[in-house]
Amino acid sequence: MEAIRTVNLTKKYKDITAVDRLNLTIERGELFALLGVNGAGKTTTIKMLCGLARPTSGDAFLAGHSVVSETAAVKRVIGVSPQETAVAPGLTALENLRLMAGVHGFSREKQNERIDELAEAFDLGGVLGKRAGKLSGGWQRRLSLAMALIGEPEILFLDEPTLGLDVIARAELWDVIRALRGRVTVILTTHYMEEAEALSDRIAVMKSGRVLAEGTAEALKARAGCERFEDAFIALVRGEGRAEQ
Amino acid sequence: MKMRAFAGRTMKEILRDPLNLAFGLGFPVVLILLLSAIQANVPVALFEIDRLTPGITVFGLAFMTLFSATLVARDRETALLQRLYTTPLTAADFIMGYALPMMPIALMQGAVCYIAALILGLKLSAGILWALLFLVPAALFFIALGLLCGSLLGVKQVGGLCGALLTNLTAWLSGVWFDLDLVGGAFKAIANVLPFVHAVELERAAFSGDWAAVPAQLGWVLLWALPVCALAVALFLRQMKRQ
Repeated sequence: MEAIRTVNLTKKYKDITAVDRLNLTIERGELFALLGVNGAGKTTTIKMLCGLARPTSGDAFLAGHSVVSETAAVKRVIGVSPQETAVAPGLTALENLRLMAGVHGFSREKQNERIDELAEAFDLGGVLGKRAGKLSGGWQRRLSLAMALIGEPEILFLDEPTLGLDVIARAELWDVIRALRGRVTVILTTHYMEEAEALSDRIAVMKSGRVLAEGTAEALKARAGCERFEDAFIALVRGEGRAEQ
Repeated sequence: MKMRAFAGRTMKEILRDPLNLAFGLGFPVVLILLLSAIQANVPVALFEIDRLTPGITVFGLAFMTLFSATLVARDRETALLQRLYTTPLTAADFIMGYALPMMPIALMQGAVCYIAALILGLKLSAGILWALLFLVPAALFFIALGLLCGSLLGVKQVGGLCGALLTNLTAWLSGVWFDLDLVGGAFKAIANVLPFVHAVELERAAFSGDWAAVPAQLGWVLLWALPVCALAVALFLRQMKRQ
């Protein structure tokens, strides 16, 4: 069953085509990575899928809802963890979680239930009473991810979730993301090749607003004729592999 | 419910900032104390408490602009607002969530000023309650101006424009510190076009029970407050679309 389907999804800014007739299908429960160099169109794609940017043409359907005509319905089924750690610094971790539960319209009981679940899943118990702005980068990322999940999204967008984290914090966050597989559809953008390879069921490589190649990490390595995924990515972006038609 | 969650966050962020408390509540009270001390040592009526206090309550509202503009601008510069734009919150939830919590803070600031004035000898009267009620239109103007500036400017620009320029404009052109007739001419004419002096005169009229003066002053304040509110909503929606 598909979670996301894009149909000729296009975004133009004046003369620049940021995303060019994108056609993707992502299955429910899949962990899907969008890779590409800067300016490839990943962030614009995510923005359109989240309802933050309106497509110039084409459409995308999230859990069956159009991003063009049913933005409010789309916002009810998604969770977003932006690239920057998007927490309210003056609020405690608990208040941040309550804020996100509140803006999803949850009752106090439901809020408490979700906070307890996520505090346990993300091991946030020890920091719930601390101001979010005072937490370390790793804890802020965890909190940010928990905030994205508190609305019980069917589809979760993770934009560079481990950017700037040390190796331990990154490994811990990988475990958290892996645990979501099968339950939530996760769209991940990252510049770390090993991250995409380790976490994703499928990967799409973008360049100049178009998908150059799409498939499992193994399939992309085979297509590029490389043993290492990073080499495969470079080969595909440089046009040395066989691009998708 | 959704808006209430967001409004609660706005209030917490503002009240937990010690600088906000210092400027919003502390500074107007210090001014009342200082100017009352000056009044006690000069033979002419410069800063009489019953005319000074209503003026200071209006002057203090300039900080509401600074607080709301800074919060909106800071939210825009971080990814928090972008995250919240992907939630079921509507545009109305955002605007009300930013603006509504500022009103009780503004009234609380006014109440603190009157309490300080009572300690310094202001006569307790029902006029204080009327004055607080008629602070609402001016508060609406200053809060909307904050939303407007926060939607247009960055945090640093907000600090300069709302922190330095607006507080000075409110101070000089409101007739709080000196009678505008003493300067007269273009200065007085400009001051009379702007809402500050009318907000102060409205506050003084409500406090003293001069009801004949209220409609004209209230009209001037609303003439500024309502278009600024409309413009603030339009600019907030525009930046929301741009995000």
